[in-house]
Amino acid sequence: MAIFSVYVVNKAGGLVYQYDNYSPRLEVEKTFSFPLDFVLKVHDDRLIVAFGQRDNIRVGHAVLSINGFDVNGRYTADGKEILEYLNNPANYPVSIRFGRPRLSSNEKLMLASMFHSLFAIGSQLSPEPGSSGIEMLETDTFKLHCFQTLTGIKFIVLADPRQAGTDTLLRKIYEIYSDFALKNPFYSLEMPIRCELFDQNLKAALEVAEKAGTFGPGS
Amino acid sequence: MTVHNLFIFDRNGTCLHYSEWNRKKQAGISKEEEYKLMFGMLFSIRSFVGKMSPVDMKEGFLSFQTSKYKLHYYETPTGLKFVLNTDLGVQNIRDILHQIYSNIYVEYVVKNPLCAQNEPIQSELFRTKLDNFIRGLPFFSARAG
Repeated sequence: MAIFSVYVVNKAGGLVYQYDNYSPRLEVEKTFSFPLDFVLKVHDDRLIVAFGQRDNIRVGHAVLSINGFDVNGRYTADGKEILEYLNNPANYPVSIRFGRPRLSSNEKLMLASMFHSLFAIGSQLSPEPGSSGIEMLETDTFKLHCFQTLTGIKFIVLADPRQAGTDTLLRKIYEIYSDFALKNPFYSLEMPIRCELFDQNLKAALEVAEKAGTFGPGS
Repeated sequence: MTVHNLFIFDRNGTCLHYSEWNRKKQAGISKEEEYKLMFGMLFSIRSFVGKMSPVDMKEGFLSFQTSKYKLHYYETPTGLKFVLNTDLGVQNIRDILHQIYSNIYVEYVVKNPLCAQNEPIQSELFRTKLDNFIRGLPFFSARAG
């Protein structure tokens, strides 16, 4: 069905490569009158919905733009605090666009190192001896597949739960990494991968893997 | 096929119940620390999964597997967490974790006025019923099928 993104994590837990292949954008724009029928709160320098769901606006969605102007964190485009702006009845009716907040590069780095330690704990808490770390993590919206090489590099693929052939894809990415990142004389180990050939070949591999098919409706 | 162990946590992270059946490797730390580590891991996974997901989630985290075992997770809206470790052959057992909650936890803990909330469960009846239930599961017997 779809492969959402690829992460490469070095043996120290640092994110050395990240690529978003497909991210569904579900945004809702609506015009509201005073007072708003849901509760907003500031979280991680974003204004998110804390309570009240309607018209595809869900708890956790962030305010993306007001009256067509993109917001800047928790401030409007012209530098005013959004919460204050929305508390003023004179500014209504107001049109607000909501959507799932996108991950910033910092958050991606944080999540990658978070997975690094989760991987290790998963192996430590194993009831069976000789267990690896987390190889596959399943939720109702995606499956995370992780392949750790003998040298400790982790290749992580986020895909639709019905996507087949991710194991082959992970090994293919490893092969591409060895061929186009490691053999590149300008690439220094453990550092972020900025090699064009690696990018190109990875994208080609993802396309092939997506065509490899899924089981279930929509394939 | 086999069942390794079961954890029940409340929403504050207290381990209400722990039992094990076919466990070959201990974590090498005290049980108290193991509960904390397990709860911390689940807590982080929940937050990790919530951020990583490309679309809004309903149930959230369901399970993960390593090369040797599979961890199944079920959380009630009140924050009770049921964690069952089995071998890799076991498919989706969400209904079984839900049965442990509704047929055993609610029946023998919630409906027992002598069982204090948010404390490890002392009830012998609960233990026996839970043990019988797990031993009766089709995938319980070690390596038998």
